[in-house]
Amino acid sequence: MNESTAKFKPGERVRVRFEDRPGHIRTPWYIRGKTGSVERIHGEFLNPESLGHGGDGLPKKILYSVAFQQGEVWERYDVTQDKLVVDIFEHWLDPAN
Amino acid sequence: MSVDHSTDSHGHEHPKHELSAVARRVYAIRELLLEKGVLSEHDIRCQIEYQEARSPVNGAKIVARAWTDPAYKTRLIADPKAACLELGIDATSINEFVVLENMEKVRHMVVCTLCSCYPRAILGRPPDWYKSFNYRQRSVSDPRSVMREFGLNLPDDVEVRVHDSTADIRYLVLPLRPKGTENLSAAELERLITRDSMIGVMDALPEVPK
Amino acid sequence: MARGHHDVGGLAGAGPIDQSQHELADWEILADAINQALGAKGIRRTDELRRVREEMESDAYQGMSYYERWIASMETILLEKKILTRDEIDRKLAEFEKKWGEP
Repeated sequence: MNESTAKFKPGERVRVRFEDRPGHIRTPWYIRGKTGSVERIHGEFLNPESLGHGGDGLPKKILYSVAFQQGEVWERYDVTQDKLVVDIFEHWLDPAN
Repeated sequence: MSVDHSTDSHGHEHPKHELSAVARRVYAIRELLLEKGVLSEHDIRCQIEYQEARSPVNGAKIVARAWTDPAYKTRLIADPKAACLELGIDATSINEFVVLENMEKVRHMVVCTLCSCYPRAILGRPPDWYKSFNYRQRSVSDPRSVMREFGLNLPDDVEVRVHDSTADIRYLVLPLRPKGTENLSAAELERLITRDSMIGVMDALPEVPK
Repeated sequence: MARGHHDVGGLAGAGPIDQSQHELADWEILADAINQALGAKGIRRTDELRRVREEMESDAYQGMSYYERWIASMETILLEKKILTRDEIDRKLAEFEKKWGEP
């Protein structure tokens, strides 16, 4: 696994793109537009958006586990320290500036 | 051409004329795939056997070993597939396997909100509730209420981390070893480790069930 | 474009979790095995199956049980890939139904 090609580093703040496009998307609706921190880089995997439609899944995409504060995802969430960790592909993430 | 029906009955026998319109189509599909040589009886039988060999018993073995052998636990967390293989458990079909270690002040819970991704290679088929809309909807936005339904009430100073396995990662929760279990045998420890504790909706059982 | 019917994380209105477990019927075990076998042979990708399920009509999706959705998705993929035709499946099923009859 070539971590050096990963755009984001563990600890870095990232925002999930808010896109509404057709296709086989594995970025859940509830997390689009939200900001979290990269927890882990999992390496490259075949792109499900291509595989879903009979494609070969190339080029592979880097997959991250991104951690979100629950209080920043939902309008009402009472326990401050709880987290939501979602596995998101690099092409769905932007730096959170 | 006669087709061997040895892969027909492995579960609950349902009179076929009572099956729904969709359900009954599987028999036609099976027959056609066999006739056309797309699949063989052997292919289907292998999958049935593969699935039957997989159950939470595997997970319990892994967890019990991690509880009693700190070096194994370290290896398990660093490279779960290799650690499983040490115990003769084949997790090679999992693309990326991650073990989530519960701690006094941290609990993990796993869901697949988009479908029903689950570490089948270790635990076998997911329970019906794991695949239900109610679980998939509530686990991410209100995990503590889900845990309460399973009997787990956590104080606010414990961090709850929900993992939505949306892609190639498959997760296994390593539950906390309950206090007072120092003198239990491996077999007894394994009985504390329920499937639901490895999904993370509850802790391991505090004592061996009667 | 709307949120997919399968994309249910965080949706309101969910009730208590039914913890009952049904024993798998023959047809469900078979559906599971055929599906996995098709995957093992590289005939279909897991993501193709998921995509087909996501594209199902909402009513159909909601109305079917878990393994019924798998069977419907599997059929769609086999038709898409021209491995089987709907006609063939219908005809084969009609043959079976003659045999199954009523008790």
